[in-house]
Amino acid sequence: MIEARGLVKRYRSTLAVSSLSFDVRPGTVTGFLGPNGAGKSTTMRMIMGLDRPDAGQARIGGKSYADLRWPLREVGALLEAKAFHPGRTARAHLAGLAASNAIEAGRVEEVLALTGLEKAADRRAGKFSLGMSQRLGIAAALLGDPGVLLLDEPVNGLDPEGIRWIRNLLKHLAAQGRTVLVSSHLISEIAHTADALIVIGQGRLLAQTSVAQLSARTGSLEEAFFQLTGGFTDYSGSLS
Amino acid sequence: MTTATFGHRAAPSRSGYGFRTVARMEWQKFRTVRSSWYIVAAVAASMIGLAMLVLSYENYAQLSAADRAAFDPVHDSFISLVLVQLMAGILGVLAITAEFSSGMIRATFAAAPRRPLVLAAKAAVLGAVTLVAGEVSAFAAYAAGQAVLQAPAPHATLGQPGVLRAVLMAGAYPALSALIALGLGALIRHTAGAICAMVGVLFVLPLLAAALGPSVLNTVQNLLPHVMANSMTAARPLAHMWSPWLSFALLCGYAVAALAAGSWALTSRDA
Repeated sequence: MIEARGLVKRYRSTLAVSSLSFDVRPGTVTGFLGPNGAGKSTTMRMIMGLDRPDAGQARIGGKSYADLRWPLREVGALLEAKAFHPGRTARAHLAGLAASNAIEAGRVEEVLALTGLEKAADRRAGKFSLGMSQRLGIAAALLGDPGVLLLDEPVNGLDPEGIRWIRNLLKHLAAQGRTVLVSSHLISEIAHTADALIVIGQGRLLAQTSVAQLSARTGSLEEAFFQLTGGFTDYSGSLS
Repeated sequence: MTTATFGHRAAPSRSGYGFRTVARMEWQKFRTVRSSWYIVAAVAASMIGLAMLVLSYENYAQLSAADRAAFDPVHDSFISLVLVQLMAGILGVLAITAEFSSGMIRATFAAAPRRPLVLAAKAAVLGAVTLVAGEVSAFAAYAAGQAVLQAPAPHATLGQPGVLRAVLMAGAYPALSALIALGLGALIRHTAGAICAMVGVLFVLPLLAAALGPSVLNTVQNLLPHVMANSMTAARPLAHMWSPWLSFALLCGYAVAALAAGSWALTSRDA
């Protein structure tokens, strides 16, 4: 369970997130949807305690992130691809993170196998393709077998097979009763994975709904998304 | 891959992550990056190699009486420290700026949200490795230097006053340089910026200080790290320099201040 209450984040003159409140419930994949620059990544970083909100708070299972006793055993996150030292091997990267939360070494091998990285485990991660980097990020997120997962644009750089793999993985994890929040700027992608939806634009909550409800509003999910986010994008082009 | 009760499999009985687990992570990170060991090897090679080079070319027989009286074969063994402080400093800076440039720092803080604890663990690992490497290299440099020093130059022995202290302090200097640099790295976050700041303090400030009048200069100079290194590694007292222990205490103070500033910056700024 993730609860966001009145989150506000300002960067100098721009308001990145504006009194944002929502709940992410366990047992289902929740899509976190919004145009580029809507504040999705900022919100996720605030939930993780990496960025300090100017107002409001985020709680995970009733606690703020800073109060978690074994953070990696409670929350797993993929916030950006290639967030590792390029000179370190995949196995060494995971082993370091595991040590911080007293996670047994055998779990490193498990997540390497789960993400299909066994053969690449002793290669320097800086040589990885974007897809492999994403897999390493997902392996790190799953390291502590956490009940809450936050993934920021996890399908970026994945090939169609990888996209299908992550969809099935997320559904499987949610079906086990975990809380799964996955961000995307692509409504078509999220529709295949998520059941619940949180839609934001320019840092504001536009809808907390479900894929089924949203697509019922108009015939097409994409059209419904554009109606919802129209006027909340940072840019607008014209064809003429 | 998972059981029905996730998140608590084999959960340790300990109360939570802490200095010990985070230090284990930092040690794992340090030892699995090749550049760490290249720099440690370069520090050792410079300390031993330069001591041998300088002392094997020492021409005691042709020195004036005044130079003979000031001759200090221990101090001359550690001329390398002016170079070593830069190497150890780069190691210290990279220990944290490499994480900021890759984004790894966010994974680190997600694993261990108490940021001062992370910096303390980094300092412990970096300090321990550089102290061990520094002391081993310092004793090796001292021994090798005395071995190549030719008669009639007087040789030092560890039993003479100030000699053991000078060698020990020479061995501690790389660690102190690395810790000051770690604090700067945590404050500045960018590799290039932090290295520039360090080079500025170590090499440019002395040049600027030299422009000051002699009375001010003597005081100001004593506050510069490389002058402290001179004071610390001299077996016999040097003119215009503060005592080795005062220099050592001040340098430790610099390290504490840099780490405190770095810790404050890590805590107060977004990751």
